[in-house]
Amino acid sequence: MAAVDHAAHPPVANQSSRVDARTLGMFLFIASEIMLFGSFFTIYFFVRVSAGTPWPTPPNQLPVFVAGMNTIILVTSSFTMHWALQSIKRGNRSGLKAGLVLTFLLGTTFLLTQLLEYSRIGFTPHTDAFGSVFFGLTGLHGAHVFVGLTLLAAATIRAFRGHYTEESHHGVEIPGIYWHFVDVMWIVVYTTVYIL
Amino acid sequence: MTNPLRSEGDAFRFLLGTVVYFALIAIAGVINAWAGLVVFIVLSVAVVWWWWRSREPPAPVQASVVRGGPEGERRILVVANETVGGEPLLQQVKQLASQGTTRVLVVSPALNTRLRALASDEDPARAQAQERLDRSLAELERNGVQASGEVGDGDPLQAIEDALRTFGADEIVISTHPEGRSNWLERGVVSSARERYAVPIHHVVVDLGDRS
Repeated sequence: MAAVDHAAHPPVANQSSRVDARTLGMFLFIASEIMLFGSFFTIYFFVRVSAGTPWPTPPNQLPVFVAGMNTIILVTSSFTMHWALQSIKRGNRSGLKAGLVLTFLLGTTFLLTQLLEYSRIGFTPHTDAFGSVFFGLTGLHGAHVFVGLTLLAAATIRAFRGHYTEESHHGVEIPGIYWHFVDVMWIVVYTTVYIL
Repeated sequence: MTNPLRSEGDAFRFLLGTVVYFALIAIAGVINAWAGLVVFIVLSVAVVWWWWRSREPPAPVQASVVRGGPEGERRILVVANETVGGEPLLQQVKQLASQGTTRVLVVSPALNTRLRALASDEDPARAQAQERLDRSLAELERNGVQASGEVGDGDPLQAIEDALRTFGADEIVISTHPEGRSNWLERGVVSSARERYAVPIHHVVVDLGDRS
């Protein structure tokens, strides 16, 4: 049997041809994030269904309309994100830059609107279990939007500095996957917390 | 396991599906709570049904194989695992290799349990496959056949596809246990490979219980 020399370098990593390792890493990270959100949703369902807490507890009211507008803004930002990636895949650098800038602006608008609503909402996390769950879930999501904006900012700066090509655009694709995940989670949060 | 979400495009389509799913539930729920529940159940069943259907492998498409190597050189790809050192396989390879200038690549798929594959615990499987491969290469060399080798994906069809991308074979030899004891035959690996690849595929049966 041939001897294997590991002294000079570590063994070559196995590279499956099915999914790019960096993309797979992001999906695995998102899987762990889903578990994190799952734990928060467990608390939400416990408080609302098992404990029978009125939702929202009177006299509190949730800003359903403003949050609905925010939902439209965030979903639109996924379209612009997708456009940015499709643009660079076709070699359209202007489309890439415009898409990333629009996505960043829409995401920032969402986050600022949410912060504004927090200041006006009339209850706090200390008020009761409803308040704790509401701020916990929406705050967790807001933190993810902030992380997504940080990734988008990096991608945008790189795009303006001439990075990314038709063949090499992982720096846009991977933040894009994360951004869509943030959108999906908001749709779940908005539907369950604000509407139903 | 094939990841259903492989790119940003997949994630975007998943988002669109989520928007439609929750929008329909929310609209029905606002009209009537029971209607919301019904829509939720119907849509959830539909999603599970669709997911279950999509798990079925698509009909194989015959793909042409890019031929590699210099003009006049025949390239033989050998795919085998536990049977990699079997006498019938060695004889078949020896016979094919004796017909002019040939280059032989032996691929030994790193067979693994589903649980270990999910946990990315591939090292023991790859080490075992490498051990079998080394034995096989040494045996081929003793029989006068110069061959190179590599450890492939645990899925033999995937391992063939990976090897064809870099090797470009003229012929493929797949070695299995006999019918009834072969997991690969039960899964239709040989027939699927014949449907998928437009190169001659030789199937060699190696009965490791018959070493007399």
